[in-house]
Parts: sequence; structure tokens; C-alpha cells
Amino acid sequence: MSVRVKIPAPFRWFAGDQQELRLDTEDVAGLLARIRADYPELAARICEPDGAPKGFINIYLNEQDIRFLSGCDTRLADGDEVLIVPAIAGG
Amino acid sequence: MELTKDEIVRYSRQIALPEVGGAGQEKLRAARVLIVGAGGLGSPAALYLAAAGVGTIGIADPDTVQLSDLGRQIIHTTAAVGSPKVESAASTLGALNPLVNVEAYAVNLDDSNAEAIVARYDLVIDGTDNYEARYVLNDCCVRLGKPLCHGAVLGFEGQATTILPGRSPCYRCIYPRPPGQGAIPSCRDAGVLGSVPGLIGAVQATEAMKVILGIGEPLSGRLLVFDALAMEMRVVQVHSDPGCPACGPLSRDGKVEACPSV
Repeated sequence: MSVRVKIPAPFRWFAGDQQELRLDTEDVAGLLARIRADYPELAARICEPDGAPKGFINIYLNEQDIRFLSGCDTRLADGDEVLIVPAIAGG
Repeated sequence: MELTKDEIVRYSRQIALPEVGGAGQEKLRAARVLIVGAGGLGSPAALYLAAAGVGTIGIADPDTVQLSDLGRQIIHTTAAVGSPKVESAASTLGALNPLVNVEAYAVNLDDSNAEAIVARYDLVIDGTDNYEARYVLNDCCVRLGKPLCHGAVLGFEGQATTILPGRSPCYRCIYPRPPGQGAIPSCRDAGVLGSVPGLIGAVQATEAMKVILGIGEPLSGRLLVFDALAMEMRVVQVHSDPGCPACGPLSRDGKVEACPSV
């Protein structure tokens, strides 16, 4: 089961300069665990030490914020698209 | 007061839209919009709102024009380098449309002055360049019930949403906490392509006009996420946070602790 994970530009350097990762995982917690294993510097930027996404990072599953689904327990399905969106402030 | 012949000619292309018409143009003329930040976002937003005939435009910015601003802050010209940004912006807007009343505030909006300034306007455009100012402006607009057209950019990416206090999520609902120092680079450090704030600022101006006119579907409860490199524009759903200290049911009229310095 493969999901596509879009990496925002400020963090791509920490994901091997990739715009998109394809990960095999069953839920958001598993997805974040895979990122921690494969891209620890990326994980350090998007997750708190306890593994939860930081307060300025939103994770969207097919355009829905996972905070308002089942959080890190949100199930993922083959072909899902996950968007990692940080707060940016430039103007 | 009815539109003059000059106004009818100047705004004829938008008056021709059934959603605008003469009555809509009169609404725009009566409207008061505050633009906070005369930079990459505020420049296109101010130009489009002035061109469209928004009657009163307030501009707040404490800075002077720098040469390095000119790559994206298109309201300023080379001759204005060294001048206060609000004076430069007022001069450009006056040349574009002398029918618009421009009110300049050469100040940084903070907790001490935001409420007094925002209260004078119907709607606010967030063109600020730091997290602290964004939270101050959000909390102030929520407290006063003023619609806030949010926009932000970095590199090749941009975001926008329209906050309608009491009817949609606010900035704190979407981003409960600001990043720590250095967690997200600034445009000064990471750069920004000048046309990206141009696009997002135009989205903010469009949203402002829609809200004033009461037409279409506002970008509220939704966050536009733009990636210029991929040339993808996504709209994701955002939700009101029942625990939001600014707009949630437990908030005290939007009075929240100051955002931690970032």
C-alpha cells in the first residue's frame, strides 16, 4: 500500500531534495515513524519528541486536516495523498 | 451618492459584471480596507483595490523602501528608495486612482495600537512578514469581528485564507503555535520569487472585494496552498478548533496571551 507524501520546499533538503516521498504505511503514525527512520532531520522539523506533529505543521490527508480526522491514528489507503504544510510568514 | 460619469467609465469593466453593477461599485467606494504591510503582498493588494475603486485604503508599515524590496514590492519605485513605505505607497496609489482616500500609518502594528487602527476599517488584509504580527492581527480581528484576508509566502510557495470571525476558523485554529526561532526560514534567508507574493496578494484583494460585495464563496474554512515550482494550487479544508484561545467558545472575547516571541 503506497501513499504519496508532498514535502514543502523549506524541508526538501532534509528529504534528500525530494518533492514527494512514496511510503508504504497503514496510518499517519506509521507514516511519521517511517519518516523518522528514513529522514530523521525531516522528522525533527515536523514532529515533537513524542512523535506528534508540531503546532505550526498541518498534515492533510486528501485535503482534510488529520487533526479533525483521527489524528495520528488516521488510516491511510492505497493512492492517498498526504500534504505536509508548515506555517509560513513571508510577506 | 450616485457614481459620477468618470467613475462609471473608470470602473466600466467591473460594473459590467452582473455581480458588481452600479450598486456593487458604490459598496466598494464606501468600503474601508486596512492593508498591514506595504511589501510583497500589500503592494499588489493595494494596487488592485485602489484600481477597483475601494474608497478608503489604510496602509500600515513602519519601514522605508530598500533597493532589495523592489524585486517584489511593486508599489514602490527606484526613486522611492529611502522613503517611508507608506508615503511611497500613498503616492503610487494617488497616481493610479486619485479618487481613493489613502490613510497612512508609519507604525508597526502591535498589541498597543492594533485595536485602535483596525477598528476604523471594515476589512483587513494581512501582508505582514513575521509570525508575531500575524497572531496579533488575527487576535485583534477576531476580537473586533473584522474579516481578515490572510496571505503568506516563502520561496516558490504561498498560502491564503479568509477569516470571517464567528463564521470560520481563525489563524490560530489553523496554526495553534508559531514555529520556534529558525524552524522555518524567512524570505530574507531563503528567498522568494517576486511573482509569488504578486499572485497571493491578488488573491487577497479578490477575496476582499468578494466579501465587500457579498458575492461568491469566500476562501473561508479553506486554505489555498500554492506551489509555483510544481504549478499546483490546492485548496485544503480547515476547521474551527473548539479549544482555540482566540475564537473558541472558551475564549474571553478573543483575549489571549501574547504569542511567544519567535
